Amino acid sequence: MALLQISEPGMSAAPHQHRLAVGIDLGTTNSIVATVRNGIAVVLQDEVGRSLLPSIVRYKADGCVDVGHAAQGAQSLDPRNTIVSAKRFMGRGLKDVSHIESMPYDFLDAEGMVRLRTVAGVKSPVEISAEILKSLRIRAEASLGGELVGAVITVPAYFDDAQRQATKDAARLAGLNVLRLLNEPTAAAIAYGLDNASEGVYAVFDLGGGTFDISILKLSRGVFEVLATNGDASLGGDDFDQRVYCWILDDAKIRFPSIEDTRYLLLKAREAKEMLTGHDVAPIHAELSGGETIDLKLKIDTFAEITKTLISKTLGPTRKALRDAGLTVNDVKGVVMVGGATRMPQVQRAVAEYFRQEPLTNLDPEKVVALGAAMQANVLAGNRAGSDDWLLLDVIPLSLGMETMGGLTEKVIPRNSTIPIAKAQDFTTYKDGQTAMSFHIVQGERELVADCRSLAKFELRGIPPMVAGAARIRVTFQVDADGLLSVSAREMTSGVEASITVKPSYGLSDDEIAGMLKESMEHVGDDVQARNLREQQVEAGRLIEAVEAALAADGRLLRPDERADIDEEIASLRKRIAGTDHRAIKAGIDSLNAATQDFAARRMDQGVRRALTGHKVIELKL
Amino acid sequence: MTVTLSERAAKHVSNFIAKRGKGVGVRIGVKTSGCSGMSYKLEFADEAAPEDIVFESHGVKVLVDPKSLPYVDGTELDYAREGLNEGFKFNNPNVKDQCGCGESFNV
Repeated sequence: MALLQISEPGMSAAPHQHRLAVGIDLGTTNSIVATVRNGIAVVLQDEVGRSLLPSIVRYKADGCVDVGHAAQGAQSLDPRNTIVSAKRFMGRGLKDVSHIESMPYDFLDAEGMVRLRTVAGVKSPVEISAEILKSLRIRAEASLGGELVGAVITVPAYFDDAQRQATKDAARLAGLNVLRLLNEPTAAAIAYGLDNASEGVYAVFDLGGGTFDISILKLSRGVFEVLATNGDASLGGDDFDQRVYCWILDDAKIRFPSIEDTRYLLLKAREAKEMLTGHDVAPIHAELSGGETIDLKLKIDTFAEITKTLISKTLGPTRKALRDAGLTVNDVKGVVMVGGATRMPQVQRAVAEYFRQEPLTNLDPEKVVALGAAMQANVLAGNRAGSDDWLLLDVIPLSLGMETMGGLTEKVIPRNSTIPIAKAQDFTTYKDGQTAMSFHIVQGERELVADCRSLAKFELRGIPPMVAGAARIRVTFQVDADGLLSVSAREMTSGVEASITVKPSYGLSDDEIAGMLKESMEHVGDDVQARNLREQQVEAGRLIEAVEAALAADGRLLRPDERADIDEEIASLRKRIAGTDHRAIKAGIDSLNAATQDFAARRMDQGVRRALTGHKVIELKL
Repeated sequence: MTVTLSERAAKHVSNFIAKRGKGVGVRIGVKTSGCSGMSYKLEFADEAAPEDIVFESHGVKVLVDPKSLPYVDGTELDYAREGLNEGFKFNNPNVKDQCGCGESFNV
């Protein structure tokens, strides 16, 4: 019979309806799949008990595909068709990929994303990642005994929309239903249960095989906000192996090792490195192809000494991330360690010294991201009762807003709002009898539309003619859980409606987002000036228009000299609008207002007279 | 009347409860659903209901509601591994026939 798992109270699944869900850490070097079983997050292993699946895919001439360990062995044999680190190419164009010249692949530039030519045809990074995900899906389904309802897949916090979309596409291609993409540092924090911990700022220090990422997270009301990220895309555990390898060559006085010996010694270096986690000294014994033997002892102090510069390379970005977040080490409540390389004692010591506290290390740093993703997947699949204490964890990176008169941005959804979210704001018409309105949706932190990124434009037509300011147009911004924005506008009296769906931040790179944020900080002063000026300009324009409309309708109520005064005020205000002094414009507005006060009063009297003529007092509803 | 855990199953249950951080035992029951009439309920128990019948097996409490008991009387819950999959298995002497996978049964 089928094998059952223990459910949460009241959450037993109907037969054949188990809500099997997994969390997947789709890594640059290794990938992992985990699930929650009997209430506990566990990593799923393959037939021979291995947890990690190397993120390597080999395409063969017969159309077969090897994934993971099988492909790893072929790396030196068939480098062009054995793709490692496909994650670095996800959602990237050829020009975005760094160190392309040192890679053995046959790259093709294509619309949107780079492609690789292999013996099995041209492959996109999405297809390559899909092979890895497919292999994990098959492993999970064999382990859980059924089809998966969905998966949570983790992505680096700095991944932009194109990279996230590519990851989603890869999952779909692998036959996985993506419950959510989750930021890697957030997943690690969830695995440590920090989402149930006290509110505050946490740092996630992720030193993997080949990449280093530092993220500063803020937890408030159960939601993690990514305050800042930084890192080094070419720094990881492999660099430590390299240092030990160089030390071996140096100490054993080997000048030019063969390719085979290099590979062999790198392996020995790695073993020594791993040995030094938990031991003070690691013996290195090797027999080279030329017959020489190497017999060395690497002491932990020596190891720390030769890798000192690598450690300091992690602290630079860490410092920067904290500075970007506007925080100091004293603000950090806890530090989470992620990635196999954080097992090294000197890394832990350096992090502890820098943050002046012991980092969290009791979970396996290689598995912690997948475990957190599995816990999130379990909640999203509906396997936990009372999941109201689990909030959604994604936020909008840049504010979403709309252009208003004068090219100003009206922010409707501020940045770092959690999604899904819907916000409505009422706008009105600017001119008498205005029957249409055009909406320009923008993203960014700046006050002027010209400095923000334009996302979409649409029009609302069929507004019934009314005086300026009488129409009520409700504009609703809605961002769903996948980050898709839709905007609708509705005129409240007539019910006419128009809407549009846009994808925010599409194609905005991390640098662009960071750049836009930085600019908005630098330009706060300018922006306030610009906003004041535009506001006064708009106000002055509106006033002139109103006065001119009144003059056209009731100009005969004025004596010629009065009329000339008003005309002169209008002309003067017009001149001031063209200038850049918002105070001068304000003064002009005030003086035109003053000059037309009598005129306004006379028009009012006339209006009242007209309304009352021919009516009896008794007919008036007072 | 009795419902028991195998030693292996008991070890896993107490381990899961310890890691979960709360729970007094494991609740076993039946639901009238599934393609062959009935299906098992296997849940953590946070507290015992007054009407529950409680068995103890290798130090683990097994809670059964009185309505379910006739259908599971004599059952031994085992923990098994099949290929990559592992989980609990009901050895229920009352079952007359069951669906292909055994998740749903008839007495």
